Amino acid sequence: MSAATDAPRRNPTDWRSDVMQRRIARRYASERMFKLAGLAAVLVSAGFLAFLLISMLGAGLRGFTRTEITVKIDLPATAPGLTPATVNARSLIAANLPGVVNDAADEALGPGGAALLSPGAWLTLRDAILDDPQMVTRVETLRLPASTEIDLAAKTGGSPEAEASVERLRKAGLLSTGFNSTFLTTSDGTDPTQVGIWGAFKGSLLTMVVTLLLSFPVGVATAIYLEEYARKNWLTDIIEVSINNLAAVPSIIFGLLGLSIFLNLLHLPRSAALVGGLTLALMTMPVIVIAGRNAIKAVPPSIRDAALGIGASPVQVVFQHVLPLALPGILTGTIIGMARALGETAPLLMIGMRAFIATPPGGITDPATVLPVQIFLWSDEVSRGFVEKTSAAIIVLLVFLLAMNGLAIYLRNKFEKRW
Amino acid sequence: MAMTEEQAALMPTNPKMTARDVKVFYGPKQAINGVSIDVDMDHVTAFIGPSGCGKSTFLRTLNRMNDTVASARVEGTITLDGEDIYASSMDVVQLRARVGMVFQKPNPFPKSIYENVAYGPRIHGLAGSKADLDVIVEKSLRRAGLWDEVKDRLSDSGTALSGGQQQRLCIGRAIAVEPEVILMDEPCSALDPIATARIEELIHELRGRYAIVIVTHNMQQAARVSQRTAFFHLGELVEYGVTSEIFTNPRQERTKDYITGRYG
Amino acid sequence: MIGPALLLLLAGLGAIAWVSARMRAMRLQAAARASGRRDAMHSLPGYHGWYVALWTVLPAAIFLTVWANVAPGMISRSVLEEPAARTLPADEFSRAAILSEARAIATGKLAAGFQPLSQPLVEPYARITGQYDMAGMTLALLLAFAGGAYAFTRVRTDFRARTRVERIVMAALLLASLLAIVTTLGIVLSLLWESFRFFSMVNPIDFLFGTKWSPQAAAQGYGTKDAFGAVPLFWGTIFIGAIIAMAVAIPLGLMSAIYLTQYASARVRKWMKPMLEVLAGVPTVVYGYFAALTIAPALRDFAVAIGISGASSESALAAGLVMGVMIIPFVSSMADDSINSVPQSMRDGSLAMGATTSETIRRVLIPAALPGVVGGVLLAVSRAIGETMIVVMAAGLAANLTANPFASVTTVTTQIVQLLTGDQEFDSAKTLAAFALGLVLFVVTLLLNIVALRVVKAYREAYE
Repeated sequence: MSAATDAPRRNPTDWRSDVMQRRIARRYASERMFKLAGLAAVLVSAGFLAFLLISMLGAGLRGFTRTEITVKIDLPATAPGLTPATVNARSLIAANLPGVVNDAADEALGPGGAALLSPGAWLTLRDAILDDPQMVTRVETLRLPASTEIDLAAKTGGSPEAEASVERLRKAGLLSTGFNSTFLTTSDGTDPTQVGIWGAFKGSLLTMVVTLLLSFPVGVATAIYLEEYARKNWLTDIIEVSINNLAAVPSIIFGLLGLSIFLNLLHLPRSAALVGGLTLALMTMPVIVIAGRNAIKAVPPSIRDAALGIGASPVQVVFQHVLPLALPGILTGTIIGMARALGETAPLLMIGMRAFIATPPGGITDPATVLPVQIFLWSDEVSRGFVEKTSAAIIVLLVFLLAMNGLAIYLRNKFEKRW
Repeated sequence: MAMTEEQAALMPTNPKMTARDVKVFYGPKQAINGVSIDVDMDHVTAFIGPSGCGKSTFLRTLNRMNDTVASARVEGTITLDGEDIYASSMDVVQLRARVGMVFQKPNPFPKSIYENVAYGPRIHGLAGSKADLDVIVEKSLRRAGLWDEVKDRLSDSGTALSGGQQQRLCIGRAIAVEPEVILMDEPCSALDPIATARIEELIHELRGRYAIVIVTHNMQQAARVSQRTAFFHLGELVEYGVTSEIFTNPRQERTKDYITGRYG
Repeated sequence: MIGPALLLLLAGLGAIAWVSARMRAMRLQAAARASGRRDAMHSLPGYHGWYVALWTVLPAAIFLTVWANVAPGMISRSVLEEPAARTLPADEFSRAAILSEARAIATGKLAAGFQPLSQPLVEPYARITGQYDMAGMTLALLLAFAGGAYAFTRVRTDFRARTRVERIVMAALLLASLLAIVTTLGIVLSLLWESFRFFSMVNPIDFLFGTKWSPQAAAQGYGTKDAFGAVPLFWGTIFIGAIIAMAVAIPLGLMSAIYLTQYASARVRKWMKPMLEVLAGVPTVVYGYFAALTIAPALRDFAVAIGISGASSESALAAGLVMGVMIIPFVSSMADDSINSVPQSMRDGSLAMGATTSETIRRVLIPAALPGVVGGVLLAVSRAIGETMIVVMAAGLAANLTANPFASVTTVTTQIVQLLTGDQEFDSAKTLAAFALGLVLFVVTLLLNIVALRVVKAYREAYE
């Protein structure tokens, strides 16, 4: 078993031979390709993300602006019954402002001028009068929102007639671009120039509140129980298995659960923030449990030992010593879970949130919709004007998610202690 | 620290690898401060010294394993057969095939015993056919003293062996590419005494065929297996000499203190 | 009916109980201290307060919950015994409708009713509801007082109030944890129940193996044979989620993970890893819209340009591509973790033998990390086939069995959404089919997750 079996020295490998050199060159070339492939993979992924964000931004930023047409309105002549003193919501309804606006448009912009304005243009007039009742005594020049066709033609292009009108108005100095305030204050509608995300946003807010109120206490309580008190028995195993499975179930299944139990069995109001919140709470709870368990696990045993050593009871140890230290991690996980819930669409479609809701919800039992579902509904719309509105809504959603995730990261960096 | 006349006189006459004034920095921290030493084929060289004195760090400069640490920087000249191994013309891949390494904790790949040994020859293309590869594997395992124990189970996983067997497998793996130098970084510190004895026996057998450098914190082991010993302390080469002389009659005060156990 | 006023009253009673018990405990504590023994009182006064408060509120609250569920039934039964109810029709359905309308008018939710037969029932309803409400409220208050009084008598120096309160806290924690089990059971049972009803209308074999999917035809009365064959849906789901999406996600995800763990500098890794995570955080409705708006038309134009027939603007490729990009973080993060858990000594061992980095990765690291990577891929597949919005918006509704990626296919999730939209007759085969599809989806994703976790667990144990 010694070197005697092969006493003469084996020829050392000739590293300088051509064969060897070529082989080594090939190996280095393959190394370079491999490294490049890895870099390319990262860049492609980043590139796709950039492509997505930029294209959404490009399409959506225009949704925040609107084309406006300057129109002269002679209020004393067209709405004679109004005086500054009698101006209020009801008298304005009686004054038939839509008719006033149409007539003024026809007069100022030529026949068919009323069609150049948005169907909701009279609301701008109404708000202006409510702001300044003195307006009813004079001839006022207002910038009114244009119709969808004009808006599109001015921004990107449209039918030849629309573009011709745009040219005409531009030459006459009557065209301008303004901030689309209705987008942030109104709800769903039929005409793209009149829709806004406020209704969906409020629905999202209410739903999130319900989700948080239900999933946070239950999730944290479960995490505490599993980490601190549960004994190793079959019940604990089943709870853990349930949590891990629930975390991986597709979200649409939760929607089916919500449909069959909350709507059909318990007869809760359809499409309400309450039901949406309940469904999303069931979905978010496992996420909070898992984040909570990790945060609690990260608290070193020495803290617990020290507390037990001075005679604290197990409950006191957890609630007064461990939980405060684990709280930043729990909060980070909760925020991330809530961000995920904010972007969920499928389960809420199942519980009926895909109806057309034209007013913001008043409470958690009123029919509501949420921002992602609103985006989904608008994406189905045929009118081209909805494209920029959908993209603008997406921008709002992404901004909120960015803020939430940024908050989570900030909390994590600020409060995470390295033991 | 340049070599003194005295030291130069002690260095082997036909060195395989030479190091001159080698300094190693990890970021701003200096780990090795000007070491000069020669290694040759006929003598097993041992590096001894207390923990953290730089023996392993210096060992890793000899096969450029420090390159894998981003913050490491090496200065000075190290040659293999007269060629500067840190020159840009030196191919690291070739260098590491010519200067093999055995690590402190046995690290067989999670592959079969056969595949572990065949790994090196495969990537370097040293075998023309499967039959050639079989010959190389058998020869390497025989030289590593493992053949008889595993010849019937070459397809078993390398990680299923005992600690001592795994280390011999790693030695066989290193041998399979026919290196000229074998660097051993505390190869027995994770093994029991019987496995250790086996490995020391192996080192005796391999001597002369390969230039062997062994880092050890066990002075008795250094005395048993090596013919030349270098004592490192705080990143410097304090003393180099014939092993028996170093352990019976060291010249430097620091060496004497270490040998007699005043610090460890 | 349980009004908020009653709940507030209960809460108020609890607060009073807390304060008074605490005061008594404090008095006892002061007395014990005065007698010279410092540790005479077992629990702090606050705990005594909580103990009595819980005994006041909890029994009443539990009773009220039960009452709220049971009372409406009892009220309805009493109303039916009234003389005015004798004119009601015999059949169950219309009787229930009339009753619920009467109830709505009586409680003020409805101003006037549609059915004439409900009018005479309104007065009895209101009267009986009032009686039951009074009874419920009285009982609840009685329970509250009884519970509070009982607990109050137990406030003594040696009473272990803190232990009791903490036991109640632990029970609450356990109850909260049980919600996870209840939810899982809820999902399983509701899916099974509805699917059972579906399978009593449609043969399971036809469902699982049939190749014609046209539920609309069934709804229009053409019978359920040949209308609920789900194979095209299974195929579409696999085609988009397991084939196309994975063809995008696995190479990009794996190579990204390899680059970031083995080649990239710390600075690059610091920026690129979060970027990959952002991909996972974008809501799927945004991906779906992007796919439908930008990707799908571009692909269709491309297909037409290179002469592929049957190219639709709702293609499997568009949906699969975008879904693949969404899935990249799932693959890359699992691969990242797996590669990082391979011990560094293995990497060093390979490099020390003269292998290049790519050889080390390909021949040593990836084979060693393979179980973890495979687990990650399985989890990613599970996520992909459960995905809804991308396919709803970018793939189509046509139940095609085609291998042409430019054609339109539909998936299980799309059909679930489609079947449950619009008017729902909750007993028709059409709406119940959605639950059967949901059951299949649930079972498949569950199996994938179990296998994946088991693979990853065995792999982790190998390296502990």
